Amino acid sequence: MKEQIIEILQDLTGSEEVAKNLDVNLFDTGLLDSMATVQLLLELQSQCNIDVPVSEFERSEWETPNKIIAKVESLQA
Amino acid sequence: MINMQPYQNPTYFLFITLALIPIIIANLYEKKLHWYQSISTVAFLLLSFGGIKWHQGIALIIYVVLEVILIKIYYEYRKRANVSWIFYIAVIVAIIPLVIVKITPAVYGGKASIIGFLGISYITFKIVGMIMEIRDGAIKEFKLRQTVEFLLFFPTISSGPIDRYRRFLGDYDKKLPQKKYLDMLEKGVWYIFLGFVYKFFIAYFFGTILLPQVGQNALAHGGISWWLVAYMYVYSMDLFFDFAGYSLFAVGTSYIMGIATPMNFNKPFSAPNIKEFWNRWHMTLSFWFRDYIYMRLVFFIMKKKLIKSKITIANLGYLTLFLIMGFWHGVTWYYIVYGLFHACAIIICDMWLRFKKKHRDQIPSNRFTKMFAVFLTFNIVCFSFLIFSGFLNTMLVHHIMK
Repeated sequence: MKEQIIEILQDLTGSEEVAKNLDVNLFDTGLLDSMATVQLLLELQSQCNIDVPVSEFERSEWETPNKIIAKVESLQA
Repeated sequence: MINMQPYQNPTYFLFITLALIPIIIANLYEKKLHWYQSISTVAFLLLSFGGIKWHQGIALIIYVVLEVILIKIYYEYRKRANVSWIFYIAVIVAIIPLVIVKITPAVYGGKASIIGFLGISYITFKIVGMIMEIRDGAIKEFKLRQTVEFLLFFPTISSGPIDRYRRFLGDYDKKLPQKKYLDMLEKGVWYIFLGFVYKFFIAYFFGTILLPQVGQNALAHGGISWWLVAYMYVYSMDLFFDFAGYSLFAVGTSYIMGIATPMNFNKPFSAPNIKEFWNRWHMTLSFWFRDYIYMRLVFFIMKKKLIKSKITIANLGYLTLFLIMGFWHGVTWYYIVYGLFHACAIIICDMWLRFKKKHRDQIPSNRFTKMFAVFLTFNIVCFSFLIFSGFLNTMLVHHIMK
């Protein structure tokens, strides 16, 4: 699961940074913009089978790779 | 009966201070005075929408009653079913009054609509946000009293910041530990005093003292002149300090009431590009557009696979967002051009960011390039504000009349 998410993030950001530093702030650094965020939600939907409506996407809860992994795990449970 | 517009004169601040005393004491004892807050809401609404503005007051009451009924109906419907076109109708019905209010002056030569009132657009944003979150199932409970308190929250009623229902509700119900409240109180007072400096000193200097003179000279000179350039910067400074000052009053007052209304500005003129600028300028509005229009539109297009190219989708999203923002400011050519200008700027910014990502090694990045980026962004933004100001229109009219 973890590798899968990191792979998605690498694809979307086009950067190795997300694999090296799991606590990097994706929004402050500009690695992830709104467009990429939507792609992330759609990828999670198709690959991990979790449904996150845009309303439930609270940026502060999804701002680092680690937070995204934790969020996905909690949503799958 | 007297009438006072929010945060305009010392008496209004005196009233606010007096009204806040019981709320401060209650919060210090870790209690919430909901009934008292409701009474002060009514009192301050009467102050701003009573007296000579009574017709606006009536419009406000009718508007809120009808919109709350709409939210309730949609909420009840959503519990049973979830069909897209019902959702679209609910959103359209919710924005009809705002659309009428915005179009009326353009059609009737500047005459204001009788159903309009100060702050109608900000309440509409909150309502549309609620309907969308009800659709998503994010709002699971509809509470009548809290909804009305949220929509009519008096510190932010006239010009925002635009709060969100679930965030507001959390603060409204939560009893704060004394230490945390003291911290908020301190911040609130600080924000209000900073607001005084912004609005009554800096914005007064730029807007009331400098701007009319510079404007007169620019008009007398006509065409492109150094006076026009000066007008652009002076207007931009006035716009920022006036609105940021007002926002500080609204946020400060909210904090004193124990409600952490989100901030509207975060050093916008130090943004290194236009995209970042919109993360710092009138943030509650730009985030509203980002979350409720841009992201939803992009999500919809990508999910239905209507357009293949990701870049085209993003650009279409920007155009939609900024055109709507332009129209929302008012149906005049310069607001719409302002919207288009920012859409183009952000599309070009994205192109540059993509280029930069690909050629990271060849492009220098140092203190000088960073300073240049801030400088360039600042000037592009100021130019957009010159369009926004409507001064070019004034000059045009002046030229034709001559």
